[in-house]
Amino acid sequence: MIPSTLEYTKARSIDEALAAVAAGARPLAGGMSLLPMMRLRLASPGAVVDLGGVPELVGVCEDGDELAVGAMTTHRAIANDPLIARHCHVVAQAAAGVGSMTIRNRGTIGGSLAHADPHGDLPAAILAAGGAVIVRGPGGERRVDVGDLITSYLTTTIADDELITQVRLPKDAAQSAYAKFHRRAIDWSIIGVGVSIGADGVRAAATGVGERPMRLTGFESVLDGGGSLEAAIARAAEGLSPTADLDGSTEYKQHLVGVLAARAYAEASSR
Amino acid sequence: MAVDYTTQTTGGIGDAVLRKEDRKFVTGEGRYVDDLKLPAMLHAVFVRSPFGHARITAIDTSAALALPGVHAVLTHATLPVETGVLSASNPGGDVRHPEQAILAKEFARYAGEPVAMVIADDRYIARDGADLVHVDYDPLPVVVDAEKALEPGAPLVHAEYDSNLVKTLEHVTDGFDDAMAKAARVIKLRVDNQRVTPMPMETRGCIGDWSDSTGEVTLYTSTQVAHFVRTFVSIVCGTSEAKVRVVTPDVGGGFGAKLNTYREEFAVCAASHAVGRPIKWIEDRTENAVATIHGRAQVQYYEAGVDDNGRIVALKFDAVQNNGAYNMLLTPSISHLTLFMVPGLYDIQDISIRIRQTFTNTTPTDAYRGAGRPEATHGIERLMDAIADDLGIDAAEVRRRNFIQPEQFPYSSATGLIYDSGEYEANLDKALELSDYAGFPARRAESEQNGKHRGIGLSTYVEVCGLAPSAVTAALGIGAPGWEHSTVRLHPTGKATVITGTSPHGQGHATSWSQITQTELGIPFDDVEVIHGDTAFQPYGLGTYGSRSLAVGGIALYRSLGKVREKARELAAHLLECSIDDLEWTGTAWQVKGSPDRAKTIQELAYAGWTSASLPEGIEPVLEATTFHDPPNFTFPNGTHVCEVEIDPETGRIEILNYTAVDDCGNVINPLIVDGQVHGGIIQGLGQALFEETVYGEDGQMLTPTLVEYLVPSAADVPPMTLSRTVTPSPSNPLGVKGIGEAGTIGASAAIVNAAVDALSGLGIRHLEMPMQPGRVWKAMQEATS
Repeated sequence: MIPSTLEYTKARSIDEALAAVAAGARPLAGGMSLLPMMRLRLASPGAVVDLGGVPELVGVCEDGDELAVGAMTTHRAIANDPLIARHCHVVAQAAAGVGSMTIRNRGTIGGSLAHADPHGDLPAAILAAGGAVIVRGPGGERRVDVGDLITSYLTTTIADDELITQVRLPKDAAQSAYAKFHRRAIDWSIIGVGVSIGADGVRAAATGVGERPMRLTGFESVLDGGGSLEAAIARAAEGLSPTADLDGSTEYKQHLVGVLAARAYAEASSR
Repeated sequence: MAVDYTTQTTGGIGDAVLRKEDRKFVTGEGRYVDDLKLPAMLHAVFVRSPFGHARITAIDTSAALALPGVHAVLTHATLPVETGVLSASNPGGDVRHPEQAILAKEFARYAGEPVAMVIADDRYIARDGADLVHVDYDPLPVVVDAEKALEPGAPLVHAEYDSNLVKTLEHVTDGFDDAMAKAARVIKLRVDNQRVTPMPMETRGCIGDWSDSTGEVTLYTSTQVAHFVRTFVSIVCGTSEAKVRVVTPDVGGGFGAKLNTYREEFAVCAASHAVGRPIKWIEDRTENAVATIHGRAQVQYYEAGVDDNGRIVALKFDAVQNNGAYNMLLTPSISHLTLFMVPGLYDIQDISIRIRQTFTNTTPTDAYRGAGRPEATHGIERLMDAIADDLGIDAAEVRRRNFIQPEQFPYSSATGLIYDSGEYEANLDKALELSDYAGFPARRAESEQNGKHRGIGLSTYVEVCGLAPSAVTAALGIGAPGWEHSTVRLHPTGKATVITGTSPHGQGHATSWSQITQTELGIPFDDVEVIHGDTAFQPYGLGTYGSRSLAVGGIALYRSLGKVREKARELAAHLLECSIDDLEWTGTAWQVKGSPDRAKTIQELAYAGWTSASLPEGIEPVLEATTFHDPPNFTFPNGTHVCEVEIDPETGRIEILNYTAVDDCGNVINPLIVDGQVHGGIIQGLGQALFEETVYGEDGQMLTPTLVEYLVPSAADVPPMTLSRTVTPSPSNPLGVKGIGEAGTIGASAAIVNAAVDALSGLGIRHLEMPMQPGRVWKAMQEATS
């Protein structure tokens, strides 16, 4: 990697990290997205602050009817966490399928959400689960539903002087699953769909379908209205227009949304 | 072959010995170009054209030069070279060879073409400096597609020519028209053998070190052909070849990408001359995608005239080869290798071949593992399935009916080759048995019950290897010979140094050459050291490519070992006071026939030869011999690959369930190494069949410049493989060996595509192009069923 010249600091606390980002540093979590972008010089931050030395950002615990997940918890830790496996399977399953073991050992849940890659698995899985993030900044903490977090390609509502400190996952998403489709055994999702069947109905969300993860509202409404799975699949890609690229046409990707929604729903139902 | 993967660490010919060179690699002690640090060394980064085609109107280097740590910014106007990149390939003598300046001169003709070179204290500053070089480009019309490049009015890649045609290769047999006219039916097929990137684990890199005081130039470079590079550096940089030393440290894979001489290799030498300090350049991965040669990129149109039994009576092959923007070392010869192998291992004597090579605004293409032969094999193996499908004959049967038969060897092909040996049907039968071809219908039925399409595919191949008899390379317009060198040197202590002109970069020559030495000269495996890849230590060597190392370099070694053994015999006869005819070779010693107590071991003779206390008349001291071996013919490895796939009808995803390969590479020196070559070759063929494609947009921008877009298979994508062999020793060399480096790649892609097409044959699908990504397969299924 040959990034442009930059200043590197490693924060020891959330306050230190917040001070650094307030001064203009880019937060560096696992580095699985930011570093490749710096390698390609698509990103050239003048300063980065490494969040890898902040113990309070790591770990999973129960907090009322939610799980509190530290933003720097790695995909590997999430995939192996018994609480997440029991209460929010869709997120554990999505985390287990991210990249390779090497990437899962470094990549983090907070980094994945903050980076907001339109093919990221975690944002769609957390959206399907109905999760939220805790964002801290100079003005204190605020809670943002994941559905309101990501606005466009690599763009979130987090201000430059804020950090995601925690991800909140509902404990009622046990009956859930994530299905992803990709070309090689270890690869990015072309399309991924998370489905969660809860007391309030079905939640489904997809990645790879546009500029941000999207709820499959047509699919949800058919099932919530007592319609058949076939009818729901037919409406799964409603309103979605994934970009045609080397992986396939818009029509193919729309088709995949239906296929994966059905697979995730079947798996969630069987849990 | 199912080798018993034991821990055998020493052995002779035929033993499955663990590779002696691997300890350093697996412990991280390999030493590659980027591991080398010379005193006062500076670092280079190249400024590359972002346009597929543009006129360079101005280059402003002032901002870059103002950056602290930048020592120089060189352009075409200031880089001290005598000429541009050279090519060694001119089949027919009338190939268009446009100038390829070391740094772009007025025009950039592909995205990634080097335009300027920034020299700085470290690579980071050099890269920052490169970002500050301001180049004014005047974009010009672009053509990237080879067929479109031949259309009238296409943008000209080189304005000095009236078209983009590089060269037309033609070969038509006298009886072709008559034979085709008599064919019962004609089966046509278009095959697009897509552009791919060799993608060695280690990218290219080099260090140029030009000494002002002595005039000596040392180039450390990651190459397969150190001596070629030396010859060309001396010409391009305008210095004596005797002053140039090229050192090849450990090389992390080549696959043909490093069978070349590149602008950057000349540039670091010239820049070192200009700046007066050693200059290192290391290619990054994205740079590798645009700056290192690509492979394949050939569109083929087949017409097979067949009789009612599926026998091919005439074959027409019309292809367009995308050469890219310039001809590299061997570019015009690669599709010449395709021409040779158009008929494959089938007895087709009436043939019409035309291959038009074109310039386009893309990275040049050249040799990539198989180099022209995979294109021929993939095409004809797709064609055989199309014929089988058309006539309703089993795919194995149609091949049987067309095979060259064992009694026809040596076989004169319609393209002018003499095939050495082979038993194609026996090889096929073994593969069918191992893959349980007969049991396939039951397995297909089982898959259907699970909602999957299942298919089985065959690929039978022959390749031309052991490049090459020098008279033939000369006749083909290649300005380089095909022989190989070896020196065997015995030391006073009885240990051996083997100096080889081959240039291993993963092939394990240190091991194989030690095994040959143990068997042929009785020096134990562990007492043999193999030296390669440094022009200061070696006479001229041609290097490693074209599955040639064993069949040419190994024979050069065999002959040197024989010379040493014979010299030792004369010495032994002298010391034992007998006639050489009284002696017999025990494998490790010369002894008087039937008298084990009257013997001299090879080690004793090495010492006696060195001390020279008493030498026979006319014998020089020291047991040492050198051979330059020019092969009398190519070799022709062959084999059968069988692949079985399942396709998910919902997504179009192809899963390879199992893979069987039965290869005939003649006699085997080390079965472990042969298996490794076959494994790796199949995986690269699998990559082309399923994942890999280097894609350009119409504007000349590469759409696959990183490993996010260019999909290389990982170990997790590799199916279970069953490997086996048949052995028909090559009569062209005394070891009976043929070569195995490219076989897997040559055989694999067609077997996988044929399996996928077979799986979907029930839907009426007759062909799929590569890579068979799920979206493409799904689209074909949609179109077939709508």
